[in-house]
Amino acid sequence: MYSASDLRKGLKIQVDGEPYIVTEFEFSKPGKGQALYRTKMRNMITGTQFTNTYRSNDKFEKPDLEERTMQFLYSQDDEYHFMDTSSYEQIFLTREQLGDNLNFLIDNMEVNVLFFGDKPIDVSLPTFVNLVVTKADPWVKGDTSGTDTKPVTVETGHVLQVPPFIEEGEKIQIDTRTGEYMTRVKD
Amino acid sequence: MLIPQRLQQRSQLLQAVRLFFHSRAYLEVDTPVRLPLLLPEAHIRPLRADGGFLQTSPELCMKRLLARGCSRLFQVCHCFRKDECGRLHQEEFTMLEWYRAGWSYTQLMAECEDLVRFLAAWLPELAGVIGTDALAREGKTVSLASPWERLTVDEAFRSFGDISAREALEQNMFDEVLVTRVEPRLGWERPVFLYDYPVELGSLARSRADNDTVAERFELYIAGIELANGFSELTDPEEQRRRFVLEIEKAREYGNSDGQMPEKFLADLVRLGETAGIALGLDRLFMLLMGCDTVSEAMTMSPEDL
Repeated sequence: MYSASDLRKGLKIQVDGEPYIVTEFEFSKPGKGQALYRTKMRNMITGTQFTNTYRSNDKFEKPDLEERTMQFLYSQDDEYHFMDTSSYEQIFLTREQLGDNLNFLIDNMEVNVLFFGDKPIDVSLPTFVNLVVTKADPWVKGDTSGTDTKPVTVETGHVLQVPPFIEEGEKIQIDTRTGEYMTRVKD
Repeated sequence: MLIPQRLQQRSQLLQAVRLFFHSRAYLEVDTPVRLPLLLPEAHIRPLRADGGFLQTSPELCMKRLLARGCSRLFQVCHCFRKDECGRLHQEEFTMLEWYRAGWSYTQLMAECEDLVRFLAAWLPELAGVIGTDALAREGKTVSLASPWERLTVDEAFRSFGDISAREALEQNMFDEVLVTRVEPRLGWERPVFLYDYPVELGSLARSRADNDTVAERFELYIAGIELANGFSELTDPEEQRRRFVLEIEKAREYGNSDGQMPEKFLADLVRLGETAGIALGLDRLFMLLMGCDTVSEAMTMSPEDL
């Protein structure tokens, strides 16, 4: 159990049976009065924001959260299937749960899947991923248009801006936190 | 941890505080920090210290000295309040507390005003001071020119919280309304004294002769920040005992008391004449004067430094 005095930014607590992460937190207390813990949090399953003021007597369950390394196997309709590489257990997450992660997810990629109890609720990708450029306009040497980037499409279908010298078939490294191009990768 | 320049400012401020009180014939005292028991407080959690407690304020000891015939006392000391940590709170902080025999809370408000104005005028080069008689806070200018605003708690609750202080208290909403709706509006043009608290919220304060539902208690606010709490001291031992019984009950509910009645304190109270006393969070005042964002930035060292 956590008590209100344990609350801080980043703490994960259980409220009404669901896991929340504290995103903003402020401690207030009139000198002679009750401590108030003004807390903004995000539901880790639905993503909904929620604000509440707690008092020192309030207690919270620790949510049963566990992170497991899993490999992405395949997708079928809106279901994305992953396998635990040590137990061979398979689970799936929906397109909606994966959100922007889909821009960088390729077959066989190892990711961390977050479980709430036995329910997978989120995925965190490696910080850097290498993806193949599948569509790019050719680089015209001596181009004087003044632009220093151009859009390319990578194997996941994601479109991003890269330097003009990147060509179709090349591999590039992308920062999954920002979705930005980092460097060209030579195999 | 303070850099040498800031450390020097803090030292000059401490020196100026002492100068102010010595020039007004106050006696500086240093009472024990570890005590076998504390005055009951519903919402203040003490830190235990090997069979005793670290003081949450020097009030108990200072009033016992006053009862023995001292008439003007001040103290700068460290106090400890468990689980208080935030932008304006640290578990260990510096308190300035002073008492004056023969005075009531209205005179003490005026003296508190004098102290803050004296410090700003004494050290006008501090980053939080504008000219010699104003403070800068969040892009606004708070004038320190006399007289400061005085607002009853009930007036403040009605104007900013759309609820009377009494109703807020009965609905167990007092602190929430105070913190979320009232405090943020206080003391932006000039400092404000909030006064006359519901008597239930002033366990050590005398109730008003003309209205026994309010206690002669006040708080000073500058730029939305609570700085000091003062009152006309309750000197009737029987009334004080009744108030303590209620306070101990509340404190037990919140797990903040072991229920001991401070008998020696009550025995001394018989000899205490009319007195007014005030406790001021010195780090918070220094924070405002030095132009710091958080209280720990004005402290010599904070827990993160240790």
